[in-house]
Amino acid sequence: MSEISNNSESFQAPSSGGGGGKDFPGQIHETPGGGIVLSKLDDVINWARSNSLWPLTFATSCCGIEYMAVAGAKYDFSRFGFEVARASPRQADVIIIAGTIVNKMGPVLKRLYDQMGDPKYVIAMGACAISGGPFFYNTYSVVKGADHIIPVDVYVAGCPPRPEALLHALISLQEKIKAGMTREQIKSGI
Amino acid sequence: MNNEELKTKITELLPGATFDETGEWLNINVEPADWLSLAVKLRNDDLLFFDYLFCLTCIDWKTHLTMVYHLSSTKYRHNIVIKSKLDVAKPEIESVSHIWKTAIFHEREVYEMFGVDFLNHPDLRLLILPDGWEGKNPMRKDFEDPVNMIKL
Repeated sequence: MSEISNNSESFQAPSSGGGGGKDFPGQIHETPGGGIVLSKLDDVINWARSNSLWPLTFATSCCGIEYMAVAGAKYDFSRFGFEVARASPRQADVIIIAGTIVNKMGPVLKRLYDQMGDPKYVIAMGACAISGGPFFYNTYSVVKGADHIIPVDVYVAGCPPRPEALLHALISLQEKIKAGMTREQIKSGI
Repeated sequence: MNNEELKTKITELLPGATFDETGEWLNINVEPADWLSLAVKLRNDDLLFFDYLFCLTCIDWKTHLTMVYHLSSTKYRHNIVIKSKLDVAKPEIESVSHIWKTAIFHEREVYEMFGVDFLNHPDLRLLILPDGWEGKNPMRKDFEDPVNMIKL
């Protein structure tokens, strides 16, 4: 909390509960009987978007098990605004590439990404999604990194990554969105 | 039946068979030419009744290929392994897909991965690999994909 919002009259930024949330991007201009929030609309939109990112139910290998653990009660990414995994790309904001992408899966991944509504974000989870991982050498069927197919915002190392590592990646993605630094934001100039 | 009884019984069916008893299951080496007639007997014999082909695969030893069939009986709960050496230059063996239907898919997979030609198979074409892969067998030791291979 910034010092200005300690005033009970001022705007209270909603806390996202788990430390992933940052203060509301703006300043409070005090007036008698209340206050006026001064901010940039883009910042407000990015703040709102970053705190409600719904991931796509998409997993191709063992990283999917860790992904499920993070979605479950023990690690629970709902605490950070990743409320529920959506089974349709039309309703999802972020795709977590959890597992190996083989040549046959490549077009499917591209299609899922294309079907997601803007704005959309991508996390490459684990060694396979980053570089092909253990299947980098001498294989005829594995794509050596999902970023050959779709642009990736956050990479998580591990084989598979710990659930904490995925949570860290999700929070990092939120920070990137708030800063306007995801690939899509840079491309579209928002 | 235990392994010893199976060995006696199969020796009656195919006197030329050789055995390897080092593993848990009895291994039987047969010539490719003898395989189909033996397979029919293994399936239909009342005391053997191998009604379940639970694994069908191939091994590339560079000098030759080995077909491996794992058979089980759901009635008697005994298992055997059949091995058959194939010529690496012209690998072919009779299909058993009309005895065990599951072999239709298994043989298609071995066909695309190892290039083994299954004689009298009803539908011998690629199973998993994309169209245009005929002739390139990725599970062979000498396989090299010019596009995707990264050598250590």
